[in-house]
Order: sequence, then structure tokens, then C-alpha cells
Amino acid sequence: MTRKNVWLASLATPVVIAMLLLLAGSSSVTANDQPSAANAAVKIDNFVFGPQTITVPVGTTVTWTNSDDIPHTAVSTDGVFKSKVMDTDEHFSYTFTKAGTYPYYCSVHPKMTGKVVVQ
Amino acid sequence: MPDKKQDLIDQQLQDLNNDGVDRRGFLKCMAWTGTGLVWTMSGGIPVSRAFAKSHDRKAGKGGDFSFVQISDSHIGFSKPANPDVTATLQTAINKINAMADKPDFIIHTGDLSQLSKPSEFDTLDQVLRGASAKQIYFVPGEHDMLSDNGDEYLQRYGKGTTGNGWYSFDHKGVHFIGLVNVANLKAGGMGSLGHEQLEWFEDDLRGRSASTPIVLFAHIPLWTIYPDWGWGTDDSEQALSYVKRFGSVTVLNGHIHQIMQKVEGKVSFHTAMSTAFPQPAPGTAPSAGPVKVPADQLQRVLGITDVNYVVSGRSLAVVDSPLGDSGSSASWNGGLGAVGSPLG
Repeated sequence: MTRKNVWLASLATPVVIAMLLLLAGSSSVTANDQPSAANAAVKIDNFVFGPQTITVPVGTTVTWTNSDDIPHTAVSTDGVFKSKVMDTDEHFSYTFTKAGTYPYYCSVHPKMTGKVVVQ
Repeated sequence: MPDKKQDLIDQQLQDLNNDGVDRRGFLKCMAWTGTGLVWTMSGGIPVSRAFAKSHDRKAGKGGDFSFVQISDSHIGFSKPANPDVTATLQTAINKINAMADKPDFIIHTGDLSQLSKPSEFDTLDQVLRGASAKQIYFVPGEHDMLSDNGDEYLQRYGKGTTGNGWYSFDHKGVHFIGLVNVANLKAGGMGSLGHEQLEWFEDDLRGRSASTPIVLFAHIPLWTIYPDWGWGTDDSEQALSYVKRFGSVTVLNGHIHQIMQKVEGKVSFHTAMSTAFPQPAPGTAPSAGPVKVPADQLQRVLGITDVNYVVSGRSLAVVDSPLGDSGSSASWNGGLGAVGSPLG
């Protein structure tokens, strides 16, 4: 990268960030309004979601991580969320903004099932 | 690992022998796990000769043919259980090309790829182009349908098929049906064929003579091997009810990366070894994940399946052979009266 390009980039970056903030404004405010917002983890190991049932407060972001040598997915039975295919050590996150029970399964190995309970 | 598998197979065969089914005249099954097999196969006539000896001397007339089943190549897999699945697939193809009795075609029973990536399918195609048998039939495994509802697979391998890739064809008097039981899987369930495919299947068989030998092939076993691991197909019973009237039905599956056999009435079920990595015997491990074996033993637990059709008996003989030499010739009888001793 030439010196001129660096200068252009440094000028452009704040502008882009400002635009992104404007675009994302409403949703980021909503997220910040959740005082109990937290992170929770589900580990996929030996073809099992662990814990199989996880109970979290509204606003929690749940992250699934695949520790198997075989790819898995986490797909909501009711169509609420659907991960991409997670290969070894890959993960998928979803933020639950409404209370409820969310059953899900691995669409590759449907015997693998789990549940997220959002309170 | 081989010993455990052997025990399991022996156990199954014992069960087979006690079922009181008279299976003379419709099927012979032999599976071998020794050096003898490779040699025997390259020497020609082994299976049909063993078959003919005990059944029909006329075997060997024109119209007999063989085909090879390969399965679970998992191109793209690179974990310790087999860091080079492309090389072991190549070994399998070399083995097929070295057969004295050239197979008419090859059937791949799914999990061609690990992640349905175009580059993985490209690599598979490249290796398969080296096969002397130019006709290759495919059915998808769940690993081949990971992206866009299987579009990548269907574009490449599904031309002329129906639905998610099912189809049928005839070869020298035998009717072959490739079924897809890896699409639209339901939470908590096993493999699934689905209503639309079942209707198509029933219709496909309509009007065919009961004496037509039938070969069904699909990725996940069409019989329930181990429900806890999803090793079965939820609606296979309905599918199998459609073939009840036929005199010889052979069902070839993959998915479980090991040999399993069962005979029920006139239906013979068989699963093939993988060309990529072994999986544990049902219930012997916390999960069905890949089994790591010492590198020098890997090729003993990978393999190909050779299926011979003998016109006079309207029967198919199924022979599994490992990719690598296994030292001792640990052959076993298929429980169907065939003698599994090496020729020589």
C-alpha cells in the first residue's frame, strides 16, 4: 500500500464507522437496553449438545461450538434459527430476544437434539 | 478393532444361521478380510466358482457381470483418523482397476465429500476419472447435502434423477434403484425417504416380474442397525414392503463405515466399508465419530465391495475387500453356505 492510500484509508475509516453506527443505531440501542444480556455456550462433543437444555435470560447470545471431527448444525425445529454447517472448532451464535422454549437439532445427525429455554 | 469387528460379524452370522430361513438359490454372500481375497479377486472367477460349485455349474455364461460398490470417501476430511482421504480413495480405484474381471460399473453410496464443497467434489471427480469403469452411479450422503439443500450435489450428480436425486436403471436383467434417505431429516429421527419418494418407488416397481433381481442402494442403512446413533431409516419398512414379492433383493448401504450383513426372507442387507476412515461398532464408543487406528493398519479397515451377479442363479454374491494387506487370511463364511477359503 502506498503512503497516499494509507492516508485515504485513515480518512475514510471514521466516515464508514459513522455510517455503520447510523445504520445499526436502533438495534444496538435495543441490545444495550437488556441489562441481563449475557453469553452462554453450548458445546458439541461426541454427537451431543451440552448442556442438552440450557436456560438463559432474554437477550442472551448462545454460541454453539463444534468439538467433533464431524460437521454439525444447530437448526431450530420451529424455523427460528439455522446455523451454517459447523466444521471442527467452528461456531454459530444466536441472540434470543423473546422468552420461550426453542427446541433445535442437528440437521445432519437428527438424533442430536437440544433445547434453549429463554426466560 | 478388526477383532472386535470380527466378533460382531461372527455374532451376526450366528444369528443369521438360526433364523430358519431357507435361502438356497437366491443369494450367496461372502465377505473376506484377508489377503486371500485380493488375490482371489485378481485371479478371476473366485466368487462365481465357489457359488457354482455348490449351486449351479452353469454359472459363468454370458450375462454374468459384476459391479463394485465404494462408499464414504469424505473428500475434504483431514483429521488424524485419515489425513489423506484422497490417497485412500485413489488406492481403492487402483484396486478396482487391477481386478481381472472388470466390473461393468461402480456405485458410490454417498458421503462423496466432507462438506459439500465444490473443491471437494472436484477432487473426487478427478480421482474417479482414473477408474477403468467409466460408468459411476451415485446417491448422496448427508455430507453431500450440506449446502443449499443439496444443489451442488444435484447439479453434478443428479442429472436425470427425480426429487432429491433418486432414480432407477436396468443392467443385464437386474433392476437397480438408487434411493435418497439423507434429505429433509426430522429432529429426533433417523434417515428418511419421505412420502414422495416412497410413492415413486412403489410406482417404479409396478409391473415388474417378481423374478427380476432387485438391487437397492442408498447411503444410510435401510435396516435399523443402531437407532441411538441414527443408523437406520425411519420409513424403510414401508419401502421394503414394496419389494416383498421379489425373489432376490440386495440392499447396499454405506454410512456406518464397516461391514454389516443381515438376511431377512429374500432380502439381503449389506453395508460397505469406507474408503476414508473407520467408525466404531455400534455402542462400543461414546459416539459414532471416526476411529483412529495406527497408520499402518488403516488400509485394513477401509475397503471396497465387489458384487457378482450370476445369471443362472439370479443371485448376487457380495464380497468385501480391504484396501491393504492384512497379513493373515482371516476369511469368514457368509453364513449362506458359501465357502470363504482362498483359492490357491
